[in-house]
Amino acid sequence: MTATAQAGLTWRARLLRRPSPGQVVTVVLLLVLGGLWVYPFAWLVSASLKSSPEIFGSGLALLPERPVWENYARAWNEVGFATYFVNTLVITVGTVLLVVVRSALAGYVLGRYDFVGKKLLIGVFLVTFFLPEGYTIIPITQLTDQLSLLNTHAGVILGLGAGGQIASTLLYAGYFRRLPKELEETARLDGAGHFTIFFRVMLPLAWPITATVVILTFLFAWNVYLLPLVFTLSEPGLRTLAVGMTVFVGERGTDWSGMAAAAVISLIPVIAVFVVLQRKFVDSIAGAVKQ
Amino acid sequence: MTTTIRRRERPAVAAARDRGGRGLLRRLRQDWWIYLFLLPTVLGYGAYTVYPLLASWWFAFLDWPGFATAGTFVGVENFERLIGDDLFWNAFWNSIVFLVFAVPLRVGLALALALVLNRKKTPFKGFFRTLFFLPVVTTGAIVGVVFTLLLDASGPVSLALVWSGLIDSPANFAADAGTSLYAGIAVWVWKWLGITLIYWLAALQTIPQGVHEAAMIDGAGAWAEFRHVTMPLLVPFLVIITLIDTVAAFNVFDLMQTLTGGGPSFSSEVIEIFIFRTAFQATVPQLGYASAAAVLFGLLTMGFAIAQAVGMRWARGRTGAS
Repeated sequence: MTATAQAGLTWRARLLRRPSPGQVVTVVLLLVLGGLWVYPFAWLVSASLKSSPEIFGSGLALLPERPVWENYARAWNEVGFATYFVNTLVITVGTVLLVVVRSALAGYVLGRYDFVGKKLLIGVFLVTFFLPEGYTIIPITQLTDQLSLLNTHAGVILGLGAGGQIASTLLYAGYFRRLPKELEETARLDGAGHFTIFFRVMLPLAWPITATVVILTFLFAWNVYLLPLVFTLSEPGLRTLAVGMTVFVGERGTDWSGMAAAAVISLIPVIAVFVVLQRKFVDSIAGAVKQ
Repeated sequence: MTTTIRRRERPAVAAARDRGGRGLLRRLRQDWWIYLFLLPTVLGYGAYTVYPLLASWWFAFLDWPGFATAGTFVGVENFERLIGDDLFWNAFWNSIVFLVFAVPLRVGLALALALVLNRKKTPFKGFFRTLFFLPVVTTGAIVGVVFTLLLDASGPVSLALVWSGLIDSPANFAADAGTSLYAGIAVWVWKWLGITLIYWLAALQTIPQGVHEAAMIDGAGAWAEFRHVTMPLLVPFLVIITLIDTVAAFNVFDLMQTLTGGGPSFSSEVIEIFIFRTAFQATVPQLGYASAAAVLFGLLTMGFAIAQAVGMRWARGRTGAS
């Protein structure tokens, strides 16, 4: 209570104090720049509620004459964004699970134990850390084709989550390394095996890292474009939102309002998750770079 | 960052000493569960990261017209063709131009913003930080499509520029061969500035408040303080952040493919679009040729990754020493 009261007081004090000219300039500049950052989103929402001719016919006005909600219905049902949405959800959830399980397991032993081949493994990780996806897309497609997983959800999930994602493994390794050794010793005295210790003691303790990894992987999997594009070239029913969006442009190039509605549908989940968890997002990114 | 220099002795180190002299086989048998824990990563990483890396090299020496067919070995023919392929060099240089303009713009602008948002006096810091971060979470391919509308000759960007007198007649910068690459750079900086801003804010947090107060007592102005106090402390971070953003500038396929598609007439075709087009969009896919382009491209980025590692080590040394 006192803390909030104090915060309120300093706020009032700050507002009452006459701001310096430099401060006013700073705020005005920030507002202009911030406007540039937020305008595209405002324009997009506005365009999604206009009719197609109105989008380019009404100048810079943002408010639609009369909101056209049908744009959303058209994008969702006719164009198939309902299917794309489900596909993206399945692929994102699958990728997040795969990455969390595999990086937590690997991070645990890398962070806490020494074993034959550890140096080699870390060396391989470091060499391939910054490999751009454009570089490996052909062999990954060929491999997925060989496994008969092309045009399946599982194929996309494996393609996104099975390789790469070294940052997640290293985050877990760094965290597990700092936990006290007594944790295992006590648990072992109680008769717990390696697996019990990991799943009952270690993994629950690492929840801050799990949250970070979930957020970073969610962002990656929801937004990725190249791999789902290539993997679903011959299977329209498996398209993700990002892929569906570009197909929409190719097939109905003049349905701008439908396009805008589809874009809003695709962006709402990531933006919603971001707004709810924004502190955690920012900390995740800042934390990841400090590593 | 200093904490990473000196670490407490880890259980792993102690355990290794305990087992020191015993046989390798015995160690492997005793550690079976460790390898079980590593199995998903080793299998997945081996198949989806290491194998593709090696396979690319093999594919680069093949004439391979599609996944359904078997490739035939043609030696260095693909590389010879690439060296004489104007479109490859066009894409290569477009990627370099992208990097040279976009990275300093992103790093510099983000630093300026971070310095403002790090000041105690600046109001609504959290609000502005959220605002600039918003595009970071959005889907690049969708941002690309949305900007084709925003940048349309009758769209809001063109209208606003005509209205303010900055340009004479409506223009679509993404559809003009002279400006399409730069339109891509601008959108890329817009989309990713927020994440670099967070990096810089994290870096600024490492500068103790006492440093600022000491500078004030010495009578240093804002610029003098930045030039002689803040900037030297930030140099190691400048190296790391520049290198992270440089590698990111090689991952622009989603945005460029949807914003310009590499056009008009290849004016904004970056190397990733060249690879994609050659491998997946041509009537006869040229998988070997595209792999060769990827290998050359990969060698380049690998060079940057090594520079990154070296720079990182150097930067660590700096922060550790200070």
